[in-house]
Amino acid sequence: MESKSLALENDRDIAVARGLVRKIASDLGFRLIDQTRLATVASELARNVIKYAGSGRLIAQPTESASGRAGLRLIFEDKGPGISNIGNAMRDGFTTGGGLGKGLPGSRRLVDEFNIESEIGQGTRVTIVRWK
Amino acid sequence: MDGARIPILKVGRVLVVPIQFDMDDQTVIHLQERILHELERTCARGVLIDISLLEMIDSFIGRMLSDIAAMARIMDARTVVVGMQPAVAITLVELGLELKGVETVLNVDEGFKLLRAEFNTPDEEEEEFYWETSVIGK
Ligand SMILES: Nc1ncnc2c1ncn2[C@@H]1O[C@H](COP(=O)(O)OP(=O)(O)OP(=O)(O)O)[C@@H](O)[C@H]1O
Ligand SMILES: [Mg+2]
Repeated sequence: MESKSLALENDRDIAVARGLVRKIASDLGFRLIDQTRLATVASELARNVIKYAGSGRLIAQPTESASGRAGLRLIFEDKGPGISNIGNAMRDGFTTGGGLGKGLPGSRRLVDEFNIESEIGQGTRVTIVRWK
Repeated sequence: MDGARIPILKVGRVLVVPIQFDMDDQTVIHLQERILHELERTCARGVLIDISLLEMIDSFIGRMLSDIAAMARIMDARTVVVGMQPAVAITLVELGLELKGVETVLNVDEGFKLLRAEFNTPDEEEEEFYWETSVIGK
């Protein structure tokens, strides 16, 4: 299966993103609980893109581990303001947006691999992988 | 999703909200406003939100459920959420969301039982189903 890219431009795209991710996860044969985890992560990370950067995109890449295990990689990237202190941002309850501060730390708990890169004034990229 | 509306039904003194599809953020916000409006208008004593068809709860929807419960409480009504799918419940815990102030039960029957006990209405009143669908614009 090839990669898919989705522009994240407004509130509605958050729902589109989680629907797309669920569909891909289901097509890849992920079990229901993992489809739910991936859809929830997509919702949280897509919302961060819209809320903090205004816009960005999601890339969904079916992937395979060295040992041949199938997985799904999701990349959320934006050219927004960036995150000044990633350590803080990853802490449960930390928010600058009047949220619950659960989006980033909660997403990390829902996936197998989680990576966040961010540069002030340049943007943010969050990459996650869930193995089947 | 587009243009679709979630009905709010009044059954006895309970507002019943069957969430039938994945809601975008605007739909969530409008639903919350409509529930509060209907609580005020009908003086209902309970809100029963059926989420059995909801495939995911993220922090946004989780917050809506807590906010509805908090505001309903101020208006002297109790909120119960029914039918959460196991996969949704597990994900919610891993995400670290607690649905503050929200009671959850397995199904609609249990939900009604709980609410009925709360305002001890005689059964007959509950049998007199009075359906009213309020559809307030998006
Ligand atoms: N894409 C992003 N660009 C810039 N800042 C971000 C981005 N994503 C997250 N942040 C920063 O990290 C903080 C923590 O994000 P997280 O998603 O964990 O919580 P939240 O969005 O504040 O609340 P919640 O997601 O629970 O509603 C945010 O408040 C924001 O300051
Ligand atoms: Mg967030």
